[in-house]
Amino acid sequence: MTLNDAPVPASLIEPAPGPLIEARAISRSYGRTPALREASVSVRPKEILAIMGPSGSGKSTLLHCLAGIFTPDAGEVWFDGRRLDTLKDAERSELRRTAFGFVFQFGQLVPELTAADNVALPLLLGRVRRRQAYRRALSWLERLELGELRDRRTGELSGGQAQRVAIARALVMEPKIIFADEPTGALDSLTGEKVMDLLVGQARQEGATVIVVTHDARVAASADREVVVRDGRVTDPYAIGVSR
Amino acid sequence: MSVPLALLGLLDREPSYGYDLKRDYDTYFGRGKPLPFGQVYATLGRLARDGKVSAGQSEPGAGPDRKRYAITPRGRQEVEAWLAEPVAAEPYLQTVLFTKVVLALMLGHDAAGYLDAQRATHMRRMRELAEIRRGGELVDMLLADHGMFHLEADLRWIDATSARLTALAETVRPA
Ligand SMILES: Nc1ncnc2c1ncn2[C@@H]1O[C@H](COP(=O)(O)OP(=O)(O)O)[C@@H](O)[C@H]1O
Ligand SMILES: [Mg+2]
Repeated sequence: MTLNDAPVPASLIEPAPGPLIEARAISRSYGRTPALREASVSVRPKEILAIMGPSGSGKSTLLHCLAGIFTPDAGEVWFDGRRLDTLKDAERSELRRTAFGFVFQFGQLVPELTAADNVALPLLLGRVRRRQAYRRALSWLERLELGELRDRRTGELSGGQAQRVAIARALVMEPKIIFADEPTGALDSLTGEKVMDLLVGQARQEGATVIVVTHDARVAASADREVVVRDGRVTDPYAIGVSR
Repeated sequence: MSVPLALLGLLDREPSYGYDLKRDYDTYFGRGKPLPFGQVYATLGRLARDGKVSAGQSEPGAGPDRKRYAITPRGRQEVEAWLAEPVAAEPYLQTVLFTKVVLALMLGHDAAGYLDAQRATHMRRMRELAEIRRGGELVDMLLADHGMFHLEADLRWIDATSARLTALAETVRPA
């Protein structure tokens, strides 16, 4: 067989999809404290990635840089083929509002508002009509098994219920990526597992990418892949040969 | 897992045939590692020899070994004693993981790389067990849980050791 007869490898016809979001050698310090040192990570569309590592290693800083909440001192962040870290503030906020969803350990809900208000809020801020916003909010509350709690103030909910409302609120905008920082950190392990299963299950149904910071191996086990942050650097365990 | 004791325990419920014992064993304890028929009958033979079970008459025309087995008082005593006795809490002080890390450091190999690779292997297994847990019935869930808790303990040790490699290297390297 000559070279010309060789079948074209499938990988040349259909290249694997490029990353949806990527940090390229980003560094960031707080004053003199370096939090990230040339950290790189790349996440494919629809991937569920867990970011693990010891406390203080730079996980939250990395997540905030990827989400455009912080700008790195050096390095680049790319999202969907665009440079994110050099966007103008207004453009970056708009992107965050429309394409990104956030779930944090606690604190992103307005405790005086009801579950339905909290989930409808991002839509209302995005000028969706009131009726439409509440209709969508309620359907998301139902998907997260919270239909009955729609009129309860979120300040009165249990930790697990509140995190499910937060997930509904993150998903209601149909984001491309959900950024979650220790979303189960304040929950007992069974509740945490349920919350994580709901987050991952719904994200998969929606085709959303998820980047979740967690130090809990059980939570990370729901992801497709994990990377470990140590001393501000990302080690990708799958890039390391077992044989070396 | 002690197969003789598990079979003896199953027989302590009610007399049973080899085939049914195998099926129950596979359902509750086999989990992807079914017991070969040969082993079932060999084990029952030994238990009968030791007076822990009694074998009934073969039923005519019903296959090679259609004997009904019943537990004897002696067998029952053994099951009771076994169930009451706690399993030794293993000290886990000389694990393979620990030995590899120390030797890697002594020989100047890449102990951190080894720990990262080990961590990835453990996480991969965690994901498999999480998958079993999600789709499974209660028995599968609890078995998967057992595995996951042990993996978690190892992972915590791996992380704690990764964070102290420099200090450990100083301890184990010749001055
Ligand atoms: N606002 C801040 N001011 C000063 N130092 C900070 C601040 N936030 C984080 N750090 C420091 O940066 C490092 C990384 O922090 P962080 O990204 O929060 O880590 P992680 O999320 O892994 O616990 C730590 O040493 C932490 O003390
Ligand atoms: Mg953090």
